[in-house]
Amino acid sequence: MSAARDLADLVDGRAAGPDGYVRLAVDAGVWTALAEGCAGGLHDLGALWADGGAMRMALSDSGRGLRAIVSLQTNAGQYPSVAARHPPALRLERAMRDLYGVQPIGLPDPRPWLDHGRWPGRQSEARYEFLPTEGEGLHQIPVGPVHAGVIEPGHFRFTANGETVVRLEERLGYAHKGVEGLMAGAEIEQAARIVGRISGDSTVAYAWAFARAVEAALGWTPPPRAVLLRGVMGELERLSHHINDVGAICNDASVLTIHARCTLQREDALAVANACFGHRLMMDRVVPGGVAADLSGEGIGKIRGLLARFEATRAEILRVYDSMPSLQDRTVTTGIVSAKLARQYATGGFVGRASGRAFDARKSFAYAPYDRLDFDLKVRTAGDVDARLLVRMDEIGESLRILSQLLGRLVPGEIRAARPAVAAADEGAALVEAFRGDVFVSVRVGKDGRLAGVHARDASWFQWPLLEAAIEGNIVADFPLCNKSFNCSYSGHDL
Amino acid sequence: MRSFLLDALRKGTATIAPPGPDAAALGEAAQALGERARQRLGRSLAIREIDAGSCNGCELEIHAISNPLYDVERFGLKFVASPRHADVLLVTGPVTWNMREALLRTYNATPEPKWVVALGDCAINCGVFAGSPASIAASSPVHRRWSDRSPISCRSTCTCLAVRRRRSRSSRPCWR
Repeated sequence: MSAARDLADLVDGRAAGPDGYVRLAVDAGVWTALAEGCAGGLHDLGALWADGGAMRMALSDSGRGLRAIVSLQTNAGQYPSVAARHPPALRLERAMRDLYGVQPIGLPDPRPWLDHGRWPGRQSEARYEFLPTEGEGLHQIPVGPVHAGVIEPGHFRFTANGETVVRLEERLGYAHKGVEGLMAGAEIEQAARIVGRISGDSTVAYAWAFARAVEAALGWTPPPRAVLLRGVMGELERLSHHINDVGAICNDASVLTIHARCTLQREDALAVANACFGHRLMMDRVVPGGVAADLSGEGIGKIRGLLARFEATRAEILRVYDSMPSLQDRTVTTGIVSAKLARQYATGGFVGRASGRAFDARKSFAYAPYDRLDFDLKVRTAGDVDARLLVRMDEIGESLRILSQLLGRLVPGEIRAARPAVAAADEGAALVEAFRGDVFVSVRVGKDGRLAGVHARDASWFQWPLLEAAIEGNIVADFPLCNKSFNCSYSGHDL
Repeated sequence: MRSFLLDALRKGTATIAPPGPDAAALGEAAQALGERARQRLGRSLAIREIDAGSCNGCELEIHAISNPLYDVERFGLKFVASPRHADVLLVTGPVTWNMREALLRTYNATPEPKWVVALGDCAINCGVFAGSPASIAASSPVHRRWSDRSPISCRSTCTCLAVRRRRSRSSRPCWR
């Protein structure tokens, strides 16, 4: 076993690219030492993906503001497994092995992940073996991939002792539609449309991360007004999903009145988004070089009206939530995620922030326009369903403040810059805070101006495994509450 | 909680008036449904939603049509938890190979008579995911046999469900 290596001494003295990432090639020894560093808590694992003949790893240390992307040339596809040292990399490595045929040596779990043995040319009848459970009186409950509600496809295998969940094992990949394969070799405009559909609920965040990555690669600067408008769209998206999640959590505890009120407020936000930007979810409105829809003076008035209504709803929901001990009986101390796990998995979003991990890409690696705005990073420590709900409520308050500042700073101007000529092949990466956590996108642009490779890592990759831990020891009936309080993306994870 | 109820009394119902009937769509529906289907179904339709690999955008809008503003249940349209209770399978997403078997099993679990409605570009022709080897080709019978194009928005989803119910021509699953 090699010694852990700190990211800080590796990147010391090296210049970061325009996207803030230091890029360097490493050998297998350094690669392994960096993986040990992740395990030792010296830095965070942000992403891990296969790119051509290399494996790449995004590492960060938000406390010291360090970010790096390291590359390791594989030996005919073989490389030392990161998951063998740092378990959060496990599903990432299983997925990359399924998609690109790379061979992580020492991978602790050899089962496929995204490959279900159903792809043409790769058909296999081999059964997927769930992890064994032993003990008296245990029974299994298989759920999904088609669920009882209107939700995305995924399989949950519960092992229960009476009502109590002893183990939950997730099986994902049902929504895998090959987005990375579709984007390799695609025109930038076409890839932007695909990126916006990796996870429809975070379409603005994905499109924004992709745009920033492409802009960094091409030296393309979006106009100031476009940057502010991206912020407006990003915060509208966050507001609409946070209030929806709060309602959905209460709905799973059978408090339909709060749910009804929340869905009405969400509808209000979507209608305003539609009136201002021409699409309820604001799909394809953030594009490389700027934005595709301008905000009129009338639109600004509409958003200001929404802010006032949203604030009133937020206060009212909080008051009613606080007055219902029967509801809090379901949410408080249910589905606890320990601070240690949140730290180990570098879990972003409300899942991490409800378990004491003070990370928000808008603050920790601040990007425009957030770098010049006044807002707070809200953290709670209980790690239960209640904390995840209240973090969302806190963030709604901050989003309203942010929107108010953004609207005040809008000045007339261009909303999209012309694309510069591509001088040489280059790459870029970006981290954007979607409503559920940080979305990482890395792109390589070829000399012909087409994309040579794109990798997108949803926040869900580091949240799904924690759901398995959160439900342990809870009753089966509380799973919907826990699941909703996480609200992980299936599509964003399955790619 | 009392404040919610008082507020509801003061403001009245949030539900908006339904969109007016589109003559062309009504004609199409009458032709597609036929008298016998109408007799069998009465004025209600039980829908089982299946996400066959969507980006979850369609699911968000399907949820939205059940909110108090649109209240799709007042038209007799109800989302049910099991295919055993369903008249209609509402499919979203480009139909990934990984979802094919689950979709087939859900179809087989749905009693006759049954209809399949494709919602959104992806279910109809794979949308931006066309050409991916991970999803079933847009030219396959899965996509060709299904319903008309219906752009994603919750209002058009309402209209789509209310009038564009098409009978599958045989009980043989079309994606086999």
